[in-house]
Amino acid sequence: MTTVTPPAPAGPSAYWALNDSRALIGRCLRHIARSPEQLMLMFFLPIMLLLMFRYLFGGAISTGGVSYVNYVLAGIITVAVTFNATATSVAVCSDLQEGIVERFRSMPVRGSAVLVGHVVAALVRHVISIAVMIGVGFLVGFRPQAGFGQWCAALGLLLLFATAVSWIAAVLGIVAKTVEGASGLSMPLVFIPYVGSALVPPSTMPDGLRAFAENQPVSHVADAVRALFTGAPVGDAAWLAVVWWAGIIVVVVPLAGRLFRRRAAG
Amino acid sequence: MEQAIEVRGLRKSYGDIEVLKGIDLSVERGSLLALLGPNGAGKTTTVRILSTLLEPDGGVARVNGHDVVAQAAAVRGSIGLTGQQTAVDELLTGYENLVLMGRLFRLRTGAARRRARELLARFDLEDAADRLVRTYSGGMRRRLDLAISLVTSPPVLFLDEPTTGLDPRSRGGVWETVRDLLASGVTVLLTTQYLEEADQLAGHVAVVDGGRIVAEGSPSELKRHVGAERLELTFADERALAAASRVLAAEEPRAGGPLALSLPVEHAKDVKRMLDQLAESGVEPDRLFVAEPTLDDVFLTLTGQPTGGTR
Ligand SMILES: Nc1ncnc2c1ncn2[C@@H]1O[C@H](COP(=O)(O)OP(=O)(O)OP(=O)(O)O)[C@@H](O)[C@H]1O
Ligand SMILES: [Mg+2]
Repeated sequence: MTTVTPPAPAGPSAYWALNDSRALIGRCLRHIARSPEQLMLMFFLPIMLLLMFRYLFGGAISTGGVSYVNYVLAGIITVAVTFNATATSVAVCSDLQEGIVERFRSMPVRGSAVLVGHVVAALVRHVISIAVMIGVGFLVGFRPQAGFGQWCAALGLLLLFATAVSWIAAVLGIVAKTVEGASGLSMPLVFIPYVGSALVPPSTMPDGLRAFAENQPVSHVADAVRALFTGAPVGDAAWLAVVWWAGIIVVVVPLAGRLFRRRAAG
Repeated sequence: MEQAIEVRGLRKSYGDIEVLKGIDLSVERGSLLALLGPNGAGKTTTVRILSTLLEPDGGVARVNGHDVVAQAAAVRGSIGLTGQQTAVDELLTGYENLVLMGRLFRLRTGAARRRARELLARFDLEDAADRLVRTYSGGMRRRLDLAISLVTSPPVLFLDEPTTGLDPRSRGGVWETVRDLLASGVTVLLTTQYLEEADQLAGHVAVVDGGRIVAEGSPSELKRHVGAERLELTFADERALAAASRVLAAEEPRAGGPLALSLPVEHAKDVKRMLDQLAESGVEPDRLFVAEPTLDDVFLTLTGQPTGGTR
């Protein structure tokens, strides 16, 4: 048996942080194709939702000048992002439960690298899921008017939103005591887009609800992305969305790190 | 020379419950110490503190010369840990698990891959190397877990109940590996509820109970502490047994009990004396042997309860 000596852990610590993150991102990426639950949340559920709203409910919903499918696709994508977030919560929680985090902690691994692995893999899932949703959208009649700049802006905004939601999901996964608890805690996240402008125009809602629906942060994302897709004026939605979700990232990322360290040490 | 593991007055409480009440240990480089104790004795708590997973409330612990609190990073660089709870990734293959851990132990990718193949072969997992761990049996998982803690050939190894749940063959395999590691100079701290395991491996045993070390020594020292060796005699029939117990002034054997006598022996010459007495009166034992007290007896005497994990 040969003896293996690791290189002295000298070298810039940023280098090792990167090394650890890369290894752990690779780990979470391998999980994607092997976990039916993640695949279901990435593809099956959002596609079903799109078809349901397009063909079952869409006819009964009035969206003014735009066709319903052009209206709803941006909203369905925000819902798909929150679906995927459920899987992130569950993955973080089960890592903490199964003792593997304990092993990482006894190794020269940076704790934050475990979370980075989960969030980056989550972003990869989001990107694939968003691309597939846009593709299916085209098949069922989605006809965007966006130019190159508008596409970039729309996708950038969705990426910002997905990043923030992934960190929120990580926090929920850390806070939950059990895997079932983790998917329960992320339920509200899944429902927030519904209470907004994602799937139906809030104009028909009762006043109080409508005020909430028009001003909550997921609606800003859906409104801005929809306007960019359809070539309509974006108004305040885009910058409101950026401020909200960038703000949420600034709060949630350090919170996730702190909670993770505390939970892992308990 | 400095000890590989040095622990003084280690204390830890959870809320009001004090689970470690001042543990002292020292393990020489290249030797093995078995922490032997029943459920809840504080074995895992001790291992978790020594592997930097938990901070002690009091006391000092040094591993490979580094303080576990002040120099936690240095400690992590010199230990391998196989915890009581299996810690492998179910959605990776055995090979991928080992490569991942190699990378996290800061090996280059090529070295991590070579090491993974080597360990899979050593732990008899080559055939399962490319299957998801989800499909492994409990014993295979445990072997993989152990292999992971050896990825970097750490000088100090902590094994928390490494053979719990393994069949006798796998258990023998783990013991074999531990002996090899000791021969190559690794220091091992192992916890177990199985006296047989301590007996098989340990140069040194520390018996833990209720958060304290209640006895320490080599297995044979501990046994001596408990009492003398015994001469065990078996006889062909009841008549010979009755005659022998009269001659040797042993307790009256139970009717229908085993055809055996067990007599304390202080010195070797006691054996000769007893055998001579039997020969003079014409009683011949069927078989005889001299038995050491078992670690089970030690355990019972020291902790006042039978072992947690007798098999
Ligand atoms: N996180 C915790 N919170 C509260 N009490 C704990 C915690 N961890 C351990 N204990 C308590 O500390 C005591 C010692 O536990 P420990 O796990 O060290 O025992 P052990 O010797 O490893 O037992 P076993 O053989 O069952 O593994 C037990 O009474 C246990 O209930
Ligand atoms: Mg234990």
